[in-house]
Amino acid sequence: MEIIHSARPLYAIAISLLAVVLIVISRRHPNLRESWTILASIIKFAVIASMIPVILNGKIIEYTLITILPGLDIKFRVDALGILFASTASFLWILTSIYSIGYMRKLKEHAQTRYFSYFAASMAATIGVAFSANMFTLFFFYEAITLCTFPLVAHKETPEAIKGARTYIVYLLGASVAFQLSAIFLTYYAAGTLDFTTHGILTGKGSDILLTVIFILFMAGIAKAAIMPFHNWLPAAMVAPTPVSALLHAVAVVKTGVFTILRVIFFIFGIDLIHNLNLSTAGAYFVSITIIVASLIALTKDNLKARLAYSTISQLSYIILGALLMTPSSMVGGIVHIANHAFSKITLFFCAGSIYCAAHKTEVSQLSGLGRKMPWTMAAFFIASLSMIGVPPAAGFISKWYLAMGSIEAKEVPILIVLLVSTILNAAYFLPISYKAFFEEPNEGRDVEGHNILLHENHSEGHSSAHDGHGHEIEFKKIKEIPLMAIPLVLTAIISIVIGIYPDYFLTLAKEIIR
Amino acid sequence: MNIAGHLPILVIIIPLISAVFIPLLGRINRSAVCYFVLSVTFLSFLISISLLSMVMTSGRISYRLGGWEPPWGIEYVVDYLSGFVLTVVSFISFIVSIYSKRSVEKEIDGSKIPAFYCIYMLFITGLMGIVITGDIFNLYVFIEISALSAYVLIAMGKKKAALLASYNYLILGTIAATFILLGIGHLYMATGSLNMADLSKRLPALYGSHVVRTAFVFFTIGLSLKMALYPLHIWLPDAHSTAPSVISALLAAAALKVGAYALLRVVFTVFTVDFVQNVVPATKVFLVLAVLAIIAGSVLTIAQTNIKRMLAYSSIGQMGYIILGAAIMNPIAMTGSLIHILNHALMKSTLFLVAGSILYKTGIEDISGLKGMGKRMPYTMAAFTIGALSMIGAPLTVGFVSKWYLAIGALRANMWYIIPVILLSSLLTAVYCWRIIETIYFHKAPEDESMMTYNGHSTVVNDAPAGMTVPTLVLASLCIVLGFAAFIPVTVVTSAANMLLGAN
Repeated sequence: MEIIHSARPLYAIAISLLAVVLIVISRRHPNLRESWTILASIIKFAVIASMIPVILNGKIIEYTLITILPGLDIKFRVDALGILFASTASFLWILTSIYSIGYMRKLKEHAQTRYFSYFAASMAATIGVAFSANMFTLFFFYEAITLCTFPLVAHKETPEAIKGARTYIVYLLGASVAFQLSAIFLTYYAAGTLDFTTHGILTGKGSDILLTVIFILFMAGIAKAAIMPFHNWLPAAMVAPTPVSALLHAVAVVKTGVFTILRVIFFIFGIDLIHNLNLSTAGAYFVSITIIVASLIALTKDNLKARLAYSTISQLSYIILGALLMTPSSMVGGIVHIANHAFSKITLFFCAGSIYCAAHKTEVSQLSGLGRKMPWTMAAFFIASLSMIGVPPAAGFISKWYLAMGSIEAKEVPILIVLLVSTILNAAYFLPISYKAFFEEPNEGRDVEGHNILLHENHSEGHSSAHDGHGHEIEFKKIKEIPLMAIPLVLTAIISIVIGIYPDYFLTLAKEIIR
Repeated sequence: MNIAGHLPILVIIIPLISAVFIPLLGRINRSAVCYFVLSVTFLSFLISISLLSMVMTSGRISYRLGGWEPPWGIEYVVDYLSGFVLTVVSFISFIVSIYSKRSVEKEIDGSKIPAFYCIYMLFITGLMGIVITGDIFNLYVFIEISALSAYVLIAMGKKKAALLASYNYLILGTIAATFILLGIGHLYMATGSLNMADLSKRLPALYGSHVVRTAFVFFTIGLSLKMALYPLHIWLPDAHSTAPSVISALLAAAALKVGAYALLRVVFTVFTVDFVQNVVPATKVFLVLAVLAIIAGSVLTIAQTNIKRMLAYSSIGQMGYIILGAAIMNPIAMTGSLIHILNHALMKSTLFLVAGSILYKTGIEDISGLKGMGKRMPYTMAAFTIGALSMIGAPLTVGFVSKWYLAIGALRANMWYIIPVILLSSLLTAVYCWRIIETIYFHKAPEDESMMTYNGHSTVVNDAPAGMTVPTLVLASLCIVLGFAAFIPVTVVTSAANMLLGAN
């Protein structure tokens, strides 16, 4: 494999750090400040996109920044897996930036400078994870994401927000320090290196028991992948403003988790080693529990964002399931699901935020008839739901197809059943939302309901809406789409379909990874 | 012999003589005292650096006081270890001296300032003397110089409690000193020598002797008390938290480190690896004590509500790290232990200086009083955040480097059970540090019109003066720079670790 030495991955990371500085400097001029965010997101994507052709040609880009200690480098490596994650995340940052501006200004949120600067910093760290060349660099950026997103989760500074943010940091930081770091220590002790290498670095480097322990520690330590029982932080993080939930808690943060797990499986252990340790099937069954249980919990949630959060937990395990089944199809399915789920789930979160901003509704039960007033939003929601369920030609179908093929190749009928059951559950918790929006009469004017709405909103979205001048009892007639928010979500919905019809880019990269 | 040959004595004699001149200078011009102290500590730092670089190029430096041959006369020794610790101590004293001007003006009565700085210089002299001397009785003398001056400095704290803390420390410090002196007496009785290098040659033949073993016990107990090794830490929280801010920083960042240095010196240079491993089960005892210190220290820290007290308690666990690395007994863990001398000095002095700035500006001592402080003192709080992250051991900070070496060293020694201890303590550290970070940045400041509300909502930035903020930020940025460029101190420390363990 040809290696090109270039500092482009460093530029891709640094560009949003530069944006942080500019955002803070221009804090008194909101329009200038927001233009830095947009500009940085576009340049960042351009830098990353410029590396795509190189990677598609089967080359990889490497760059060593500094050797901290012998064997401990800050080093970047751009390969197919990294570019797949980085290009998805950085592209969605552009749309999220536009959406954020709409959301934050509509709600007249406080501390917008802090919000935009930490958002940019989180994106720098996310791309850092995508382009890390060894486990140490990755761990650094992994922790940086946790710390940079904390102010975003705690944004509202209400007691609930701080409580949620605390749960968030306790799970993420706690698991990563307690388990992931010990796994890193053990890996270094056994292998003498932490570099990501195509067939793994641990083969023959320790007893089966040691290697199995390392694997389990990694799985437990990467709490960002939200495998049960380390999933509670994700629903807790839903106190964050919706754009944060959309980009960070449906794409950047959680995908960092599964991305790290894929790195560990493919580049620390290597497929053969995982297979020899008999971890493949056991792991697949273990994450299947998460797929089913999270979907069942999602069914019970009336709060829209909570339902989406549990859906995310379930979908993330698809990716890990695909990787662990270890057949060519399942691995491709798992990997492309990183992108497919990203586009669809961000659409759903965008819709949730759009509904909240335009209509001040947070609960599924309040959405009756909303499709008439917010047709774009609800249509996008419907399309993204189809993708989540896996209906062709939406993107989710591609992943499900490959995963299903993979489970047949692996002769794992129970896994196939898990996929089927989960598809039914997906349909069961997503389709009623669209049904309500388009086919039910609006329940405006009923006193009891109205009272309930008030209570729910106070509970789940905190005080932010209390001072925005609109109040809670916004009249049904006055609800209308907010353009700055509707445009991004329609775009992501369209892309969810387009990458279902033309999945070549992601499939090529996925096949490159497992080659 | 040119001047370079006399550097080992100059690094001691300059601060010692300057201490005498400070009260005189104070009579002429009180405000000049601080600048004088500043230049003296800077000079000491320069000399330490050049001594260290001389050691790096040409090896161990031995200096004969008055030209007497070593086993009879007093010898000063600069090797990798003492050069390294000397540099750390003199650097921290220099930075703290910059900071001290404004802080001391606020915390010490004007008339007492010259006296304060006089004792301050004696204190630093004592610490550097402990590090540089190669004579075990001379070591005792310097321990007493530094300890006696520490009692005085602590007693200069503003609160009444400082007197009590100083008195308690005096009692326990005197017991410790007595133990050390008894240890010296026993060794002298057995060997007739006081020179460390000479002792280490004569002792192996006498390892069977009860006198030598008793001496070892006296030494370890005395020095453990000096470095506040759990459970001999009880004097530390009061002393460190009631002392004036600059003294707290110096006690935690320099005095404790020098105590640890003295213990390592006696255990590994006067006695040997062979003795502590095979003759007496010392390493096992140290290992258990270190683990206890790390866990108990962290738990006790969580219970604190006073900022300085919390920082003081956290030193107990951190000293445990230093002993842990030494007790694992391999070069990697020893490197972790020695590098932690530097790393903990940097982060703890950062944190104590931050506490001092808060005290200077607001008089707040309790953690709960820090609400909304992130907006009022942004630079100071940024320094605190860096120091706290470093304490937790976030990657690319100095704290991570120590933990990395300790963990890998423990694994190489097949002591996997050390890993959970290190990580548990990181988590406990995260609990007490994060609690403060959260209070600083995310809890709303109380509506107190006198200090912050302006136009109803915007908050006035009111950071500590530059003379205090800049040194704090320098230390904080070093926590990151040396976390990035960790290979620089590690090269020095690796040689020191190999030397202690007799590997080279």
